[in-house]
Amino acid sequence: MSPTMTELEQAFDPPRHEQVPPVRTIVLDRTPEPVRPPEQREALRPASSVAGPERLRLEDVSVSYGATGSLGRRGANAVRSVSLSIHQGEVLALIGPSGCGKTTLLRTLNRLTELTPGARRGGRILLDGEDIHDLEDTALRARVAMVFQQPNPFPMSIFDNVAFALREQSRRRPRRGELEPLVIDALRRAGLYDEVADDLHRPALRLSGGQQQRLCIARAIAPRPEVLLMDEPCSALDPISTGVIEELIHQLRRDLAVVIVTHNLAQARRVGDKVAFMYLGDLVEYGTADQVFEEPRAPRTRDYVRGAFG
Amino acid sequence: MSTFVSKLAEQPTRGRGRGSSIRTWRLGDVLVLVAAWAAGLTLCVVVAAVVIYMGVRGIQYLSPSLIFSHPAAGLAQNQTGGFLDPLLGTLLLAAIGIAIAAPLAICSALWLVEYGRPRWLTRVVESAIEIVAGTPDIVIAFVGLALFQLHLFAWVSEVGEGGGITGKSFLAAGAMMSLIALPPIFVSVRNGLQGVPAHMREAAFALGKTRIATIRRVLVPSVRTNIATGVTLGISRIIADTAIVVVLLGDTLRIEPQAHGGLPVLGLLKGTGSSLTSYVYDNSPAGESGAPQKAYAAAFVLLMFVLSLNLLVERIGRAQARSSGFVGAVEGIV
Repeated sequence: MSPTMTELEQAFDPPRHEQVPPVRTIVLDRTPEPVRPPEQREALRPASSVAGPERLRLEDVSVSYGATGSLGRRGANAVRSVSLSIHQGEVLALIGPSGCGKTTLLRTLNRLTELTPGARRGGRILLDGEDIHDLEDTALRARVAMVFQQPNPFPMSIFDNVAFALREQSRRRPRRGELEPLVIDALRRAGLYDEVADDLHRPALRLSGGQQQRLCIARAIAPRPEVLLMDEPCSALDPISTGVIEELIHQLRRDLAVVIVTHNLAQARRVGDKVAFMYLGDLVEYGTADQVFEEPRAPRTRDYVRGAFG
Repeated sequence: MSTFVSKLAEQPTRGRGRGSSIRTWRLGDVLVLVAAWAAGLTLCVVVAAVVIYMGVRGIQYLSPSLIFSHPAAGLAQNQTGGFLDPLLGTLLLAAIGIAIAAPLAICSALWLVEYGRPRWLTRVVESAIEIVAGTPDIVIAFVGLALFQLHLFAWVSEVGEGGGITGKSFLAAGAMMSLIALPPIFVSVRNGLQGVPAHMREAAFALGKTRIATIRRVLVPSVRTNIATGVTLGISRIIADTAIVVVLLGDTLRIEPQAHGGLPVLGLLKGTGSSLTSYVYDNSPAGESGAPQKAYAAAFVLLMFVLSLNLLVERIGRAQARSSGFVGAVEGIV
């Protein structure tokens, strides 16, 4: 039974002797629970997964932009000397204030930074033991997929969007009959199939924002990549769509390694198994989500997760 | 709790509040508003006057027999027939012009936006397109005439007795018309491509596509409507052009395909004829034949062509803005 206005008022404003100006009360669904001490706090996410084989290893990676920035000068680098290990079955959340290099680091993992003229990279990135510099960029990007901040389905039908990456993979053109089960499977894994099953040949741009983003995820995972990179995938979406996609990430991490960049600390906590905190290009802290948020080692990390800056 | 919420629902919601009264404005602002209204209304009145005048005169003299009968040489008005051949000539010129201009313009725009190296070459290409757009069509016509009278281009037109090359044919005129149509298509496609957001291309690359595959499968379909708009604008410019027709088309009353041993199509392309614009010119008081009624009728048909093409452009632009998620650039009447 919902509390009455007077009960709420008394909860927030116990009667006092002096005449104080009345406080504006807020209408709530239920009485708020008091914050519990850390020992009693339950995990906000389902139990952390078991880490699988290592998929990506970053060794001393540095990235700089611009003709003047060289890797020798520390001031011009977007990312400085980052070493990380990314495993299948885990979600790595990259957090940090704006301009700290987390998006640059993400885009380096599938060599998308090469599209910007003047971008230079130091260190090594190994995908299953192979240096990604030596792989063909199209082959690399088939194994390391990316989802962007803005949902960006192509101006084609839903079917053609998901099949886009599957076509032109082999020498001969795959027939529609071969593609269809793969497309349906990708849509199922992305949690979109039930909503679009009635007409897969509808234009993709008619879907809602959350559906479009799930379509982009389906499109990215259709060729069965090994790593999925996500650049703030929920920042353009409403909370309900965000929740659906976070649930999806939980399920996807069984088969893939997921790296997600987010500026939303609560989301990093809900979604991340491992968290890496970056600040102005340096990797300041790396550990499990509980470690980084509850017991951060660096004072800067502690200030950031508390909200003192950023 | 429920009374609180229902109280919220009972309060009436209001639309816009009070605007600022013109009496409180500065004099300069009032004058500008008046001038803007006056200019707009004057423009509407002028356009309406042209259309209504041409409409009244044209409908007076227009009849289905005029559209569908061939022109003939004759002294009296009722013997000179209609303007079917000029009409077909107009359509043929438009077809040739677009067939040459569209692939060139689309490919150059794609190269400019997607590749764009070396930088100085992109500036040269853009300047070249702007120069062509600004060149008077009579200049283009005479350049064409000089070009196609060279021995190198004898195959484009007829060779008369004694070896003189006329340099006038549908092919010659169509080739120069393509220069007229090139700038609108190029500008429209280029603006459309620049309007495609960067993350769309990045999404295609991130899926492992090469640049050329991205162009074929993602970018060209994205600018479909820009291509359509540009082509429609190009057609309307070709249809409206008179100078190239008068200089390069030979101005024969009927379409005269060149007597040719080979394909009839080739003979047609190398032949001479006229278009609606030259027909109007010839029949107007300024021209030779002096049949002003026919000129009005033909001019009316021409105007209807151009108006319906512009309507088509507007329809395409509105359909695109509604259906696509991102707004590409829609070209206006330039």
